[in-house]
Amino acid sequence: MTTEHLHRSTPSHGGDILGETGEEVIGTSAVERTAAGELLEPEEELLTINFGPHHPATHGVLRLLVSLEGEVVRDLKPVVGYVHTGIEKNCEDKSYWKVIPFVERMDYLSYFFNMEAFVGCVERLLDIEVPPRASYLRVMHMELNRLHSHLVWLGTSALDLGAMSMFFYCFRDRDRVLDLFEMSTGQRMHTRYFQVGGVFEDIPVGFARNLRAFCDEMPSRLDQYEAILNGNEIFLERTRNVGVVPRQRLLDLGVTGPLLRAAGEPWDLRKVTPYHCYGDLDFKIPIGSAGDGYDRYRVRVQEMRESVRIIEQTLDGLPEGPWIADDRKVVLPPRDELATSMEALIHHFKLVTEGFRVPPGEAYYAIESPRGELGCFVVADGSAKPVRVHIRDPSFVNLQMLRDMCIGGYIADLIQNLAMLDPILGGIDR
Amino acid sequence: MPDAPGLELIAQDLNGVAEGSVLGTYHEHGQGCLIVEPDRILDVLRWLRDEPTQQYRFLSSLHGVDYLPAEPRFGVVYDLLNMPRIERLRVRAALADPGGEDLPEIDSCVELFPAAEFQEREVYDFFGIVFRGHPDLRRILMPEEYVGWPQRRDFPVGGEPVIFTRDEPVMPRWYE
Repeated sequence: MTTEHLHRSTPSHGGDILGETGEEVIGTSAVERTAAGELLEPEEELLTINFGPHHPATHGVLRLLVSLEGEVVRDLKPVVGYVHTGIEKNCEDKSYWKVIPFVERMDYLSYFFNMEAFVGCVERLLDIEVPPRASYLRVMHMELNRLHSHLVWLGTSALDLGAMSMFFYCFRDRDRVLDLFEMSTGQRMHTRYFQVGGVFEDIPVGFARNLRAFCDEMPSRLDQYEAILNGNEIFLERTRNVGVVPRQRLLDLGVTGPLLRAAGEPWDLRKVTPYHCYGDLDFKIPIGSAGDGYDRYRVRVQEMRESVRIIEQTLDGLPEGPWIADDRKVVLPPRDELATSMEALIHHFKLVTEGFRVPPGEAYYAIESPRGELGCFVVADGSAKPVRVHIRDPSFVNLQMLRDMCIGGYIADLIQNLAMLDPILGGIDR
Repeated sequence: MPDAPGLELIAQDLNGVAEGSVLGTYHEHGQGCLIVEPDRILDVLRWLRDEPTQQYRFLSSLHGVDYLPAEPRFGVVYDLLNMPRIERLRVRAALADPGGEDLPEIDSCVELFPAAEFQEREVYDFFGIVFRGHPDLRRILMPEEYVGWPQRRDFPVGGEPVIFTRDEPVMPRWYE
């Protein structure tokens, strides 16, 4: 294949791929004509198919109603809700500290972020200051989680495009991240590590050594992945100039995260509203230029490199001190005090049975998850249970751009677009 | 975030442009909120989006809240964001419950913010708030034939029978 062919300009947003192939497109589109009740010739008739809900390339239980004219996508409608479990409703029936494991299970690849969004929002309502060590530990785990999430995305997306070996390589490294989570928190997934006021426990002896060994190795692993994909003709051919949506349209659609940055908008909540210790850390925000599938891939891989750098800095700068705030009305007393202090026992009993109370108010707290702005909105009425917990999940909002990405392109590109969109259905359906 | 006096200035300007649109304001935890008249919501959002001094052009989140037993009962919350200034502003439309089988109604802001399409469907799905002018107002997360508005505060948690096909031969239509 010649390089000229490689850099051909396929139509971007709103373009018509049949127009490229020399076939004439006369008058209005087949979709509009069908909608107007016109009877079309058999060869121009639209074929509507169900893509999913059970299809390996949908990365979950997502159903797409796709109208096809030949191989070209003419209309697309996502249908979601197959894994809706009513988490937001259930949260209203739980005391604040029992909500944490619930919200974790929304976006099952970025559980630390879900926890941080909720816990951070409650901390804002309570006006609690998180001690510096806890804030470093939280950032360390969130960035590890970002690596984990992007590794799963890279493996499965490359698998969709035919690069089978990437899946195994990525899952090998993902497993090392899970091992680290297991060491520090006791669980591989859904760790419930963050507490209101700090983190559940300090990191164990030896964790820093293991984490540093991981950080030393990870950049060379990322080099290997890029060596597999960056020069891969099939991968380039299928991602370049595919699924381009103009930057302004992305902003109108509320898209955030790597998808927006790939289109050249340097918007990252870690930089613009630094929470925790992000303000003290040195890292860059990778952005793309064209906003096609290839840029989305490059931005995410660069983000992984930056995450490794952030983790190294949190290890270097990890301050000594307590890992949870010293507020006995909110935080469980240390275990050893229960045997000697009556007051600690009372506090412990109150916290475990009823939970802590949060003064009336409402707050919105947004953080940068691997998929974009993850916001949490909590309404408190002064009791021990929240009145309303709403999670603004980035996948849910970003899914709206899929239609813009796919219309006018081939159905094979739909797979690629969906892979580069990186939706997590657990987060969409909640 | 606009500070408390800044929020009052916005409210004053808004009441000048669209009279009686702002019912109240509050500022807590460093975040400002405008409580607005639901019938004027589009005027308010359009002014906040297009006015050169405001430019809240990004709708980061839209969600519903049920404040039962407070009156007006419902709130549709718009979390707006001004990206260049990095300022967030919350706008809450205070919707009363018309009672009975009637559903509260509010204008859809999809024309102004295309991002709201899915989120307005979600609010409709869970709170039964109808968005006038929404292009495709159907349930989004619950099954289409579902009856009831599950996130309202007077909707009980649990108690819904799980239908297993294995029970059908022994107890036909056992779930009814």
